[in-house]
Amino acid sequence: MEAVVDELPVILQAFWLTVKLTVVSGVISLVWGTVLAAMRVSPLPVLRGAGTVYVNILRNTPLTLVIVFCGLGLGTVMDVQFSADDLSVDNFWLSTIGLSAYTSAFVCEVLRSGINTVPIGQAEAARSIGLTFPQTLRLVVLPQAVRAVVAPLGSLLIALTKNTTVAAAIGVAEAALRMKNLFDAHGSDIIPIFLGFAVGFLVLTLPVGLLFGWLARRVAVAR
Amino acid sequence: MTRASVLYDAPGPRTRLRNNVLTLVFGVVLLLVAYVVWNKFDEKGQWAGKLWRPFLEADTWTELILPGLRNTLSAAAVAAVLALVFGAVFGIARLSDHWWVRIPAGVVVEFFRAIPLLMLIFFAQYGGSLAGLIVTEFTAVVFGLMLYNGSVLAEIVRAGILAVPRGQAEAGYAVGLRKNQVMRLILLPQAVTAMMPAIVGQLVVLLKDTALGFVVAYADLLNAGARVVPANFFNLIPSVIVIAAVYIVINLALGYLATWLERRSRRGRRSAAAPVAPGVAAGGEMAAVP
Repeated sequence: MEAVVDELPVILQAFWLTVKLTVVSGVISLVWGTVLAAMRVSPLPVLRGAGTVYVNILRNTPLTLVIVFCGLGLGTVMDVQFSADDLSVDNFWLSTIGLSAYTSAFVCEVLRSGINTVPIGQAEAARSIGLTFPQTLRLVVLPQAVRAVVAPLGSLLIALTKNTTVAAAIGVAEAALRMKNLFDAHGSDIIPIFLGFAVGFLVLTLPVGLLFGWLARRVAVAR
Repeated sequence: MTRASVLYDAPGPRTRLRNNVLTLVFGVVLLLVAYVVWNKFDEKGQWAGKLWRPFLEADTWTELILPGLRNTLSAAAVAAVLALVFGAVFGIARLSDHWWVRIPAGVVVEFFRAIPLLMLIFFAQYGGSLAGLIVTEFTAVVFGLMLYNGSVLAEIVRAGILAVPRGQAEAGYAVGLRKNQVMRLILLPQAVTAMMPAIVGQLVVLLKDTALGFVVAYADLLNAGARVVPANFFNLIPSVIVIAAVYIVINLALGYLATWLERRSRRGRRSAAAPVAPGVAAGGEMAAVP
């Protein structure tokens, strides 16, 4: 138990990194996932094809592989750098690229299923008053689609929070890797340390679940 | 008629012309992006024949990659069986009439669903050796996969049982079946049939998650692609791309199996419960958790 109290600053620091990873890659994957969803429902076969290929590749590849490709492939072999001398900054952004690339494929699929819940009449009405495809999507269909998938997007955000631990594969000192280091340092206090980190994740994910559940009910489209 | 076509009209002559122009524009943009990426990799010599040639030799596959694939598949298979048992036991336990079974089962399931899988794997390794057990990487990976995916499967099983119409259980009690007979003979078979696509979908997630074994140096397929092959041929990027292709083929095949099962159970009359799409269980709450 003392180990958890003594190491509290380290633990909080680790979770702060987890939160940063989650927020940054969450925002990027929301934007990129929306673009992908728009591509996948667009009238142009070339965009539909590109979107489909992207989503199918990223969805069926293990996240660990994506992050290893970003960290070792892009980082070490291709020499992609985000800071002149700080390796931890590099690894942070490389794992963010991996997490965003992976999560956006799922955001795209969730949004697409949301678009399917919007009644046909909505798009037909939009077209009949002369809106173009981008206008139909932006002004009529997507706002309703997003409101229908708030709860699944919340589940995705929770999954992303947990998935940030995979960044440990390329040495980002987020919660899981810090926990392992603390295991090494305090061999006899493994169970309290594990429970401490478990509580940390509960604290991060439970409010998100409740918030999105509340939000989903609040913004639900009455039909 | 595909769903997408609802979002736009059948194109007239002007729209067709505009679409052709836009197709050309976006096609050129996509090709340009592909070309830039290709060029970047080319600058670092990643397309050099000597980096890719190892994959044309049988030895690379039989000595380095296939053993990794075998380890991935065996970890996935053992974890899948254990997770299914765990899921069935805890899914049913959460529906028990006794609070002292129901509540602990609920706590266990919710706890392991909220914890990142990697933390469970680390805990298995260190906790096991604290208890004086010898925990191999294989055991640690399987242990984590069982607890995490088992908990998700428990939710799927529970949702499936709740989706069976009430009349089925009532009819069972009416002909004099006991509680465990109703569960075993009536509810569970129909729930599993209805939930089969969701269960297969979760098994795809499980197979993908075996790649986490890489972090604890379990000799799986990813380990073969990102450590073993590059150590021999210094070709990390080609090797990871080839390994990714193997994962994608396996997972796409399992994905098609899930879709096929869903269509089949939608057609068939083997369950009174409505079939559930892969990844969508418990009223969409658990949709597509990667």
